[in-house]
Amino acid sequence: MAMLHIVNKSPFEKVSFRSCLNHVSKGDSVLMIEDAAVGAIEGTSFSEKLKTAMGDVSVYVLGGDLAARGLSEDRMIDGIKAVDYAGFVDLTVENETTQSWL
Amino acid sequence: MKFTIMINEGPYQHQSADSALQFCRSLLAQGHEIFRVFFYHDGVNNGSSLSVPPADDRLIQKEWSELSKEHDLDLVICIAAAQRRGLMDKDEAKRQGFESNNMIEGFRISGLGQLIEGGIESDRTVVFGD
Repeated sequence: MAMLHIVNKSPFEKVSFRSCLNHVSKGDSVLMIEDAAVGAIEGTSFSEKLKTAMGDVSVYVLGGDLAARGLSEDRMIDGIKAVDYAGFVDLTVENETTQSWL
Repeated sequence: MKFTIMINEGPYQHQSADSALQFCRSLLAQGHEIFRVFFYHDGVNNGSSLSVPPADDRLIQKEWSELSKEHDLDLVICIAAAQRRGLMDKDEAKRQGFESNNMIEGFRISGLGQLIEGGIESDRTVVFGD
């Protein structure tokens, strides 16, 4: 049963994102929203951790939240997909359950 | 698909109250159904009628109220969380002996059982919060 993990805290501020990645199962999806969007950027102290997880899970970021933080999609780790709110809704439909890592 | 949304953060705190509102709008635009929106913890402040932000800022409480009117949404505020934070509707204010009340149109007060029922009755439950 696939789960959508919704993360909303920066990995540089709280441990919830790392905690999420330590708990995901193969086939799950992770969506970064709000402050978590900064985790999508390549070349940070967090990017290797996320890239390792991407072998098992699909990773998405809410594009508007990334843009709101002055970050371009060009700077994202390869393989991360930017979605809008309609895409967010689709992810909650495609996965049987959701978990918000508050 | 049928959704229940839980909101644990107040307006103008971080971003979750806005995220939840935008998610709900997008859900409805795609033809999904919102069975219930449950406001818990500081999230109950989304139901206040006494918020007056600067004129060029959004009024989140009113946006919920209008969305509720437009789509006949069931917006439920947790009674225990509301009582702690001084948020009450007409009936609750009367019961507590207060002269005024401050719940915006479209919201109602009830208990946690409403969240559980929402989880049972809906296909998906999505949580927003701090």
